[in-house]
Amino acid sequence: MKTEIKKQFRWGLLFFLTPVLLWLILLIVLPQIDLFVMSFRSENDAGEMVWSITNYLNFFHEPIYWLTFVRTATYSILVAFFTFVIALPVAFYITKVVKPRFQGSLTLLLLLPFWVSEMVRVYGWMILLRESGVINHFLLKLGLMTEPIEMLYRDSTMILGLVYTSMLFMVVPLISVLDSLDDSLIEAAYDLGANMWSILFKIIIPHATPGIVSGSIVVFMLTLGNYLTPNLMGGKNSLWFTEQIYNQFIASFNWNQGSAFGFLLLFLSSLVIWIGLKLSRQTLSKVVQ
Amino acid sequence: MIRSLPQSKGYAIGFKLYVLAYFTFLFAPLLVTCILAFNDSQFPSLPWKGFTLGWFTANLPERVGIFHDQINLDSIWISIQTAFFVTLLSVFVGTCAAFLFEQEDFRLRQLLYFLMLAPLVIPGVILGISILMFSTTLGIYFEEKWNLDVGLFRPGFWLVVLGQFSFISTLVTLVVSARLKKFDRTLEEAAMNLGANRFEVIWHITLKYLRPAIIAAGAVAFLMSFENFNTTLFLVGSEATLPINLYLQVRDGSTPVINAISFLLIVGTSMAALVNLYFSKKEV
Repeated sequence: MKTEIKKQFRWGLLFFLTPVLLWLILLIVLPQIDLFVMSFRSENDAGEMVWSITNYLNFFHEPIYWLTFVRTATYSILVAFFTFVIALPVAFYITKVVKPRFQGSLTLLLLLPFWVSEMVRVYGWMILLRESGVINHFLLKLGLMTEPIEMLYRDSTMILGLVYTSMLFMVVPLISVLDSLDDSLIEAAYDLGANMWSILFKIIIPHATPGIVSGSIVVFMLTLGNYLTPNLMGGKNSLWFTEQIYNQFIASFNWNQGSAFGFLLLFLSSLVIWIGLKLSRQTLSKVVQ
Repeated sequence: MIRSLPQSKGYAIGFKLYVLAYFTFLFAPLLVTCILAFNDSQFPSLPWKGFTLGWFTANLPERVGIFHDQINLDSIWISIQTAFFVTLLSVFVGTCAAFLFEQEDFRLRQLLYFLMLAPLVIPGVILGISILMFSTTLGIYFEEKWNLDVGLFRPGFWLVVLGQFSFISTLVTLVVSARLKKFDRTLEEAAMNLGANRFEVIWHITLKYLRPAIIAAGAVAFLMSFENFNTTLFLVGSEATLPINLYLQVRDGSTPVINAISFLLIVGTSMAALVNLYFSKKEV
């Protein structure tokens, strides 16, 4: 009897394991290994493919490559920070300040724009901000300006677009973590004479740290890997590292160089995630829940 | 400070204004896009020249509405097909993975769980290029070894489906797992004692219980696939999906047809979001 049940369980295991293994090995593990291997191959002078670290040397020798890399990383951290600063008061308002009966509808309203495709959202910003755009139109009408100005294609608008795109991934974890904060802690601090800032830094932020970390990690990662927003909203000078990868793959057709770049991006994103998790003493499986 | 505490008027008003400004920031681009879809002008910009449905229905040389715009209609159809197959595949594999990690015990379970989460931390662009390279490597190998030309390995419809599937399955797994965790396993034991085998139990009991989560995960999978850009960009062949097609048009200068498409997308996804919310409310 017992062996029979045992045998049935193994069949179940096999049934569930096969598709999952196929998925993870064929679409995740092997492609990543291939990416890694290809990044160490390049053509020598005779036009043969050989093992070398040329692709990585190119990255360090050409300032445009590593400057773009550093810029992308710095801006992604900035975007994560801005998103946090903007989202925290909103999450606090929804969980602690607004009357409970409005809570549900406000949260729903908050999430609604993010169901819409990123492409459409970026397009919306483009028709708002461009030289013939809606904001310029109103500023001219109101007489605040005499000449339309191009607000698009600047680093600042690119950051605005990236913050907008990633907002959801900061607001949701913040709301859920603030929801679990006991109101009486804030009340007690208030009764004992704490002011707003000390309540913010001594109670709210320490309690919200898990949410802040998971939100920041996701925002950072998505921003780092974003192609659409920097490409459409950034200017000629605001090259994003994913655009370098795209150029190597699609324009120059240098896949080996492109995979070296891809691997560097993957390395950076994993490194920052790892540091974030270590600093906050969390694990990946906890963060994703 | 919070609702149970007294607060100064300035604080209350200031906070309200901030939240109001935030919501304006959230909705302004979408509202403007929708409104300009009905502007009787050749460009998606102000001044307002009167209301028209032309960008939906017209079929004139200088103005082709979305309902007659064959290229855009084709790309919408391709996106729907892609999303359909991605949903089907990822719901099946994701549900399998949920059962695997919640109910089975095996060696290397932790490692595999970590691998399952990996697509969340790999940027979409990297997923795209790695799958493109690996499929090309396989294609060359098949060609040289057996002289076989396998269409699947070239950029195109099925490669896009696989690329999107590779990370959407993780999301499905997480959504289904979350509900499976709350499942009372004594129900399964009871059914087994009454003579059901494992698959009968899963089919008649566990899957019934999981249905709301599976539907919700399927809806999310469909939307994620329909809107995906980063991974699709590298795997797309001659059949462009809607986001890719819109991107190409916006990059090279836009007409209000894009507003009309955006309007339909905004209305469509909002409805889908509400329906999805309705289902997840029922689940609680």
